[in-house]
Order: sequence, then C-alpha cells, then structure tokens
Amino acid sequence: MDTPSTEIEKREELESVVIRFAGDSGDGMQITGTQFSTATALMGNDLSTFPDFPAEIRAPAGTTYGVSGFQIHFASHDIKTPGDEPDVLVAMNPAALKVNLPALKKGGLLIVNSGAFSSANLEKAGYDKDPLTDGSLEGYRLLVIDITKLTLDAVKPFKLGAKDAGRCKNMWTLGLMYWLYGRDRQPSIDFLRAKFAKRPELAEANIAALNAGHIYGDTADLPTDITPARVPRAELAPGKYRTIDGNQALAWGFAAAAQLSKIPFFYGSYPITPASTLLHHLAKLKHFGVTTFQAEDEIAAIASAIGASFGGALGITGTSGPGVALKGEAIGLAIMTELPLVIVDVQRGGPSTGLPTKTEQSDLFQAVWGRNGDAPLPVIAPATPGECFDFAILATRIAIKYMTPVILLTDGFIANSAEPWRIPDASKLEPIEVKYHTDPEGFSPFKRDPETLARVWAKPGTPGLEHRIGGIEKDSNSGHISYDPANHHKMTLTRAQKVQNVRQILPPATLEQGESQGDVLVIGWGSTYGAISQAVEQLRKRGRRVSHLHLRHIWPLPAGLKELCGRFDQVVVPELNNGQLARLLRAELLVDAQSFPKIAGQPFKIREIVEEIENRLAQKEVSR
Amino acid sequence: MSAHVPLTRKDFASDQEVRWCPGCGDYAILAAVQRVLPEVVEKRENTVFVSGIGCSSRFPYYMNTYGFHTIHGRAPAIATGLKLANPELDVWVITGDGDGLSIGGNHFLHVLRRNVDLQILLFNNQIYGLTKGQYSPTSVVGKVTPSTPFGSVDAPVIPAQVALGAAARFVARGFDVSKELPEVLRRAHQHRGASFVEILQNCPVFNDGAFVQITDRKEGPAHQLWLEHGKPMRFGVNNEKGIRLNPKTLAAEVVTIGEDGVTEDDILVHDETNRTMAWLLSSLPGVVALGVLYCDPAPSYDSAVVAQNELAKNKLGEPSIDALLNSGETWTVQ
Repeated sequence: MDTPSTEIEKREELESVVIRFAGDSGDGMQITGTQFSTATALMGNDLSTFPDFPAEIRAPAGTTYGVSGFQIHFASHDIKTPGDEPDVLVAMNPAALKVNLPALKKGGLLIVNSGAFSSANLEKAGYDKDPLTDGSLEGYRLLVIDITKLTLDAVKPFKLGAKDAGRCKNMWTLGLMYWLYGRDRQPSIDFLRAKFAKRPELAEANIAALNAGHIYGDTADLPTDITPARVPRAELAPGKYRTIDGNQALAWGFAAAAQLSKIPFFYGSYPITPASTLLHHLAKLKHFGVTTFQAEDEIAAIASAIGASFGGALGITGTSGPGVALKGEAIGLAIMTELPLVIVDVQRGGPSTGLPTKTEQSDLFQAVWGRNGDAPLPVIAPATPGECFDFAILATRIAIKYMTPVILLTDGFIANSAEPWRIPDASKLEPIEVKYHTDPEGFSPFKRDPETLARVWAKPGTPGLEHRIGGIEKDSNSGHISYDPANHHKMTLTRAQKVQNVRQILPPATLEQGESQGDVLVIGWGSTYGAISQAVEQLRKRGRRVSHLHLRHIWPLPAGLKELCGRFDQVVVPELNNGQLARLLRAELLVDAQSFPKIAGQPFKIREIVEEIENRLAQKEVSR
Repeated sequence: MSAHVPLTRKDFASDQEVRWCPGCGDYAILAAVQRVLPEVVEKRENTVFVSGIGCSSRFPYYMNTYGFHTIHGRAPAIATGLKLANPELDVWVITGDGDGLSIGGNHFLHVLRRNVDLQILLFNNQIYGLTKGQYSPTSVVGKVTPSTPFGSVDAPVIPAQVALGAAARFVARGFDVSKELPEVLRRAHQHRGASFVEILQNCPVFNDGAFVQITDRKEGPAHQLWLEHGKPMRFGVNNEKGIRLNPKTLAAEVVTIGEDGVTEDDILVHDETNRTMAWLLSSLPGVVALGVLYCDPAPSYDSAVVAQNELAKNKLGEPSIDALLNSGETWTVQ
C-alpha cells in the first residue's frame, strides 16, 4: 500500500524538486516520466516537464546517442520551467549516466541501475573504468541498485519472456520514486491495466514491479543521506485542472474552434517530428466536424487545406520548419487568393533536417518573410502549452475574419512539455462569426469589408457567384487577370494593409512583469516565456530595474511597442536562434534591440538569462 | 438562375477572351467540354474546374463555373481537399504533361490510387508550351528543343500506363479535334471515382504535328482504334485490321483479317473491366487505342471519408468541448 499520509507528513519538506529520468530509448523513460507527472499533478503540485529524446526510435542499445530523457520539475509554488539542473538523476545504464551527469546538481541524488553496468555497456558508453567504483561519482549522493535483477525477481511469478520481464524495470524505478516523494501509485496501476488490457499478465507484472520498487524504498537499508521527502501542494488558482501538452492543446483548440464557428474543419498534414501528434489527436476528433487527411507530402498537405478553404471549410495544415519550406509557394497562393488558412509550425532545430527532436525558435524569419513576392501574413506564437488552446481559436478567428493564411508558431518544447492547465469554461468561449457571401448583386471575388479589408468568402455551390480565382494577380475590381502596373501596386499594398489591420482585434504591447520604464526590457516570444519570466523575477528581487515583455503577436507587431522600448536603457532579446526577433525589432522599430541567442537545441536555463542581464547591467555601470 | 431552365453551351462560356495561340488544340477541347457540360450538369454552381500551371491550366478562366487556377502540379491535391470539404461538388482537374507528370507526378499518383471522385483531363502535347518549347516527360527521344539542342535523351512515359500503375479505376484517351471526345468526357463524368482522360493535343507553335499519324484527315483514321466494350477490336480504312493476343509473348499485335489465316475469331474483344487488357492497349504498334481503355468502379475516397466521419459521429456522439476538456485525469484546486 502507499505510504500512510501520517508518515509522509513527518518527512522532510521540500519546496521543489527536479528529477531527470534517463535510459535507453527502449527503456520506457517517456512513459515513466509521464506517469510520474500525472501522479504529481494529482498530488496538487505545480509542474513542468521536458521530454528530451533521440530521433532514432530504437538506437542501438547502450549507446550515448540512444539516450532518452524526461525531466520533471514539481513544486509547492508556481513554476514555469522544467528546472535548470536536476536534483535527482535516475540513470538506467552507463550511457545515460555519461550523457546526463554533467547536468546533475553538485551533491544531487544519483540513482544508478548497476545491473546495466556490464563491461560491454561501459565500453559502448565510452567509459575506460567503471564510474561506480573509480571514485568519479564522489560529490553526489549515490544510490546504486541492481534494478534489473530486482525487477526480474519481482516479475518471476508471471513467467514472462526475458525481454518482457526486463522491460518492467522502468516501473520498478517509478515505484521507488513514488516512495521517495510520497506519490500515489493507483493512477499508474489503472494506467497499466488499461494499457495492457489485452495482455493482463503484462499489466500484473508491471504492477508487481511498481510495488516492488516502492517496497524497496520502505524496507531497504538506504544510506543515511538519502531520505524520503514531501513536496506540499502548490497554491494554484482555484478551479479544475488537468495536464496538457502543446500539441494536444492545439488539437483541442481547433476542435473547439470548429464548434465555435459551426463550419467544417479540414486538417491536411504529412507526418513530421515534432508536429505529428497534432494529426494523431485531431484524427480522433472527427465528431467535432474535423476531417483529417494524411497527404502524400508537405505540399499536398497544404494544397488540400487550401482546396478545402476554397470549398468553404477552414483548412489547416501542421508541420515543422522543413515542411514550411516546402509549403512556401502554396502559402503564397493562399495569400494571393485571400483564403482563410492556418499553418502550424512546430519549430525544431534547423536548417535542413537539423535537430529533429530538439527545440529551436529559428523559423521566425521563414514565417514572417519566407515567401516569394511581397507576401505578408499574420504570425502568432503562444508562450505555453496551455496557451496553444486559445491560440488555435485565435488563429481561426483571424484567418476567417481577415480572409488570410495565419502562421501559428510553437516549438518542440511547447509541443511535448506538459503543464497543469486550468480547464476553461467552454460556455465562455466567444463564437467565431462566419459569413459566406451569397448575394450575386454587384458581386466580385475581391469585394472587401471596408473596415478589415477582408474579401468576401464565396464558396462553390452558391448560385450566381461562379467566379475564378488563382495565383495570377487579379484586378482589384473585377477579379479578372490583370497585369496592370498600378493595379499590382494597389493590390500589394491592400494585402499588406489587411494584415496590419489584424491589430484591430489584438491587444497593444503589454508588460508581463515590472515597471514601464527602467534599465532593461527583456523581450521574449514563444516557449522561452518560463525561463525569462523567472529570471526577471529573480533579478527584480535583487532590486534590478528589469521588466519583461512577451510577444505573442509577431506580425503585425502590437501597437505601442516602439514607445515602450524607448523607455528602457537597454532592450535584450533572449531567443533560441541567432537573433531573428532582435533583427526584426531593429528593422521594424529602429530600436537597439540586443540579441541573446542560444542555439543548442535546448531551452534556456533561468540562470543563463539572469547572468546575461547582470553582465549587461554591470558593463553599463563600468562604461558610465 | 433557376435549375429548371435547361443549361446551354453558352452558359458555360465565361466573358473572358480566350488567349491560346491560334490553331491550338485547347480550343477544340474547350468546345467539347462546353458542349458536354449542359448535358451532364444540373447545377452550374456545383461545377468547379481546378488547374495547375501551363497553357492547359488557363482553362478554368474560360469556363463560367467556379474555377481555381492554382500552382504548378498541385491541382490534384487542391481538388482532393475541395472534394473532401464539399463532396457535392462536381470537380474537374485540368492538367498537362508537364504539370501532371513532371512537377505534379507525386500528386497524380496519389489522387489516382486514392480514387478521389474527380475528372482529370491531361492535355498531352508532348512539349512545354508556356515556358517556350522545352521537352516534356512525354516528348519522344531525340526531340530537339531549346533545352535539348542535340536532342532529348530522356525516355518518355506513357500517361495511361502511369495511371494504370497508380491503380486508376478509369482510364480513357481521346484527341483534341476528334468528334468522339465529348462522348469520352461523358463517360468520364459518369464514372464515380477518379476518371483519368489523356487528351492528345496539338501544339502548333512548339510541337506541331506530334500526333499527325492519327489526326490527319486522310491517313489518321487508319491508325485510330476506337474501343467499345464487348466489341472486337477492329480498325482500318476498311475495318480490315484487328488486335490479336500473341500467347507466346503476351503482347498485343496488329493483324489483318484474311491474311496469314487470321479470322474474325482471332480478334480480341474489348473488356473495359480488364486491367491486363487495358495495359496491352495503352501502347500498341502503329495504332493508338482511343476511348475507354479501362473502367472498373470502386468506392471513391471521398465517399469512404464521409462514411468514416459519420461512423465516428455515431460512435462518439454529439461533440462537447466541455466533455473533451474534462476527459482523462483532472483534479480540483479549492
């Protein structure tokens, strides 16, 4: 049974803990991590996770490039990042130790599965000597357990094959971690029974391993510096919560938008990391009026979505950077024909294939400017997994209201990270108005709403509105092909102005944190939100005059941004690319935005941003 | 526009001046389509022409229906999304040998294997017209063009064979000026699923006379084999020739009735549901098979998608955003 709550009450109380689970990509570390997250969420902690896995599905066992990791940060207070450095590292084999040890906090708890430390595995990981015995792990609180053997003992009664039996060791480890932090095992037991409903012996064996790990914690004679702890509930705003990752939130947002707009939705996509799960989620939501289509390639994916939009549905396509590159010409077609469309770009490390499973924010230029011709479109970027829900709805609203393709930028970190999310009240979601044009009187496909400049949406099947659209420039009045110089000039400016008009429904530049003037304004966008927010908080606690602004609308930029920047001595832009937003701000606003780039395939650490700002403040002090 | 008033050819002609070169085969194809549509279309507003890029792809501008002149090669993919968004629409794809088989080859393959209910008309003139005369994937070996001044060394594809290889369920062939073209188009429209029609089309500017062997008023008919389901495959000025299967080589060969002991009984009878026969007919020595080479309907992709969407609705019930957001593990903070 789980540790009695009276026992847990007596434990040492910790405010926050960062654990990293690391093992072979076939070791089930992602499941271990997500299970620990669910149990932790149900305990009422705030949490943030960061799955970090290789592109190879099952890389050769024991190699460093096959190491899969899952980091979770949970706390009794509000947290926004998966944590800078793990307090606890669980290493299931030598390769996992080798790759992850540098990240572990000095004096941190290191749990190692000695059962995987064979000479062959040590060699594969590049160890000359066994780190468990050569003294190199001094300075950490080391707990060496033969998890492999203990797991095999625990599952023996179920007479599994060697492979299936061995694979239960992640659940053994999970059981131990549940004991260490006083988590409830029941949700994982329910999960295992559901997952292995067709093979109950596997379910029971995994549960036995989970229980054995837990009992081990309770009964084994552990070193005195390893004691179980408790992390009290966090003070979260009242409401009902769940955990959600970015791609799931996007899918649910689009399903909600389909209901809010009462028109058919069409999602055309070609599988690509890290966007594929968006297709998986939406494929289950057909009853919301979403047709999903796995196209033959990236171009067909967007082309089919454009065809659907022409037909009166909302076309959506989702991909990552390489896919957006392939879709460029078709995005131009949607801009030229002024059809509503949403393009989701779940960014990953680039260029080319780049770092498929790692996060980056380097598609900003591509999103804003990456097409032939003068081809502007709105670009928006949610800051957290939970915001993806609202931004799917916002993207839909902009696309339909302004008859334009919209790019929604997220990244691998937002897509895969889970956080507690306060479930919104669906009845409070604002309907999305759709007006199909039906009146043949004075009809032209480029008849515009004078306020928004959106053209009419006249879908095939409407009598009397038969017309032709296409990628060739059209006359602003008749909608016929036009090579007239003045007309092209006018149409180009009209398309640009229409996109600028999206500001009509977006809020002006607003600070997240801090006063509206000071020494440093930190401007971020997208998934760097958590790290910047907490860095600025720390700096402000030290009395630094630093403020944080997070751009959620990249194009058009929010009103009032230039004025706000002007009230700070320095403008610093931390971003996971080589200075793209900083350049955009310099070009658009003529402000001296300074880039703080990180291009490592990894999110920012809070510490890195704090140090950067402190250095800049100190330099300024010296130069005075 | 009331649906009760019968539509005429004029109803399908847009007010746009047709801008193909004088003598272009596209004029005849446009006329054939405009002639057939009033006979097969009930509601003009439900008719949509989708095209890619190239001379042929200007087609939608000349039709007074809905039209979408898209980007190079992508018309089949755009038409697929359109058809899935509204399966009631009657969607025609207009493409050419470059648009459909070169830059758009991938979409051509997949739209056919999926069997989306569309009519796909491929105008094959064996040349790139709009870019001024380079060779195309159907140009003959040795073709001298601006990009192949010493003659093309590329082996050409046979569109009907590509279509059959892509598991198309309807494959037909016609040529621009033939009086039978409207009937071929009628059959294509009648077929549920992807209907592929290759239309041999003369480009008088860059590839004049490419199909003169069959289009010549005098000599042409002797090289045309018009197919009729259930009828022996005979042709020739005096209907004296026919197609016979050589059982040793499994090839179709041209024979003359009365010569070398060939009788009428030796002549193959056309069975349009027979894929193997369609393959043999796709490329014959000295004669071109025309009409419906293959027609063997199967459920269309769009109908299967609609059925699956309905099934999901029946199984999963009324959609509720609230229920979705609250599904799975949740907890309450007081």
